Amino acid sequence: MAGQSNHELSLFSAEELEFIAEDEIIDIVPNLKMDPLCLVSGDFGPFTPQIVTQVPLWLAIALRRRGKCSIVPPQWMSVEKLTQVLEEERDSQEMSEHLPFHYVEISRLLFDHARDNIPDAYMLISPVKVRSLIEDIRDVRFHKVETDLEGFNGFTIAVKVISSMFLAVQWFVKVWNVAPM
Amino acid sequence: MASRSVETEPSTQAEDDYNAMLSTTDVELLKRAWRNEKAAPEILPFQSDLIARVREQIELMEETVEEKSTLGTDPLSVSLYQMDLDRTLFLLRSYLRIRILKIEKYMFHIQKTDELWNRLSKDEKFFTERCSDDLKKHLEESVLSKLPENYQSRERQSIISEEDDMRLDIFKFDLPELKSICNRVPEPRLDTFVLCRSKDYLTGIQLGDGPVDDRSKLFEMEAGVLYFICYKSIKPLVESGKIELL
Repeated sequence: MAGQSNHELSLFSAEELEFIAEDEIIDIVPNLKMDPLCLVSGDFGPFTPQIVTQVPLWLAIALRRRGKCSIVPPQWMSVEKLTQVLEEERDSQEMSEHLPFHYVEISRLLFDHARDNIPDAYMLISPVKVRSLIEDIRDVRFHKVETDLEGFNGFTIAVKVISSMFLAVQWFVKVWNVAPM
Repeated sequence: MASRSVETEPSTQAEDDYNAMLSTTDVELLKRAWRNEKAAPEILPFQSDLIARVREQIELMEETVEEKSTLGTDPLSVSLYQMDLDRTLFLLRSYLRIRILKIEKYMFHIQKTDELWNRLSKDEKFFTERCSDDLKKHLEESVLSKLPENYQSRERQSIISEEDDMRLDIFKFDLPELKSICNRVPEPRLDTFVLCRSKDYLTGIQLGDGPVDDRSKLFEMEAGVLYFICYKSIKPLVESGKIELL
């Protein structure tokens, strides 16, 4: 009767995580003039060419697809910053606070929809480098959570998991709930 | 905001205010309710006021979009309004659908537990009743009526199984798997582990079933940090909205 514990309900799919990450606010530089948008999820704009404005990621991607803006890559998404974060993460058991909660999803969305927007300055070597750095950070964090959870005896019951180990931790939650103790 | 150059460090104060403003929208609240509902093993109280407000906003927005498209407004902005509307509709539908899945799974348990029953909306109560009536009828017609009298209960394996359940309790065994086999009414497992986060510093969270005065078992939670914790021990805090699930 393992099905009764309902794991399939309690986990977010990759698509749902992406949906959540799409609400993160990002800077764009519009190249059109448009009145402010009074949406259910908030008011955004006005949009004026060459003037930076902040919108949710989904809105940025929608405008980008139509060639109506360029997306300003977040500062943390540069080779320099990511290398720094990776080094910090390798040196300590703590997780760096320099990355947003949904860094994996945000970077994936930007790679998929705004790759040509990510200027060379951010991609000193190549976009592949940024991508592999993000994967490395993810692996390091995954390992940390794994180490944290190894000391988990099922009775202490709370383990401190800093920041955005979303999918990885979810995976642990799933394994733990399927086979407790 | 517009004058801010791209190179400057993100002004945290302005961003915090901005985020605080965003977090108060009903969509943001709905997203929180959706995440909690998705992550919690049991059904949570129906957010009736919030859902009513969101429904109203959706209707208003549908009218606005309709109006804009007939007035020949810029098709780009109409499509952006439509996307925003679709995202909100998705959240609302997903929220309602998770609740229906839980109801379908635990309907008998919900029906016999007042606390849970009162968490349902009017429509959900109606759905639960119809659903459980249909299932009862189906079970009786297809199987139960053909079994010997002692085994005809929908809720128990046989009339002796309740005694078996009690005997397990006497030995203080906590074996949910075994209990769920003995008991045919599916119940949510509250000892599931969940991911959660608190907005404020919380203290005195009791872990496990030990005596309340056992200090070593009290747990504190830092603000904004993710914890991996047994749902049972934070259940009241989830219900009061102090902790959100992820």
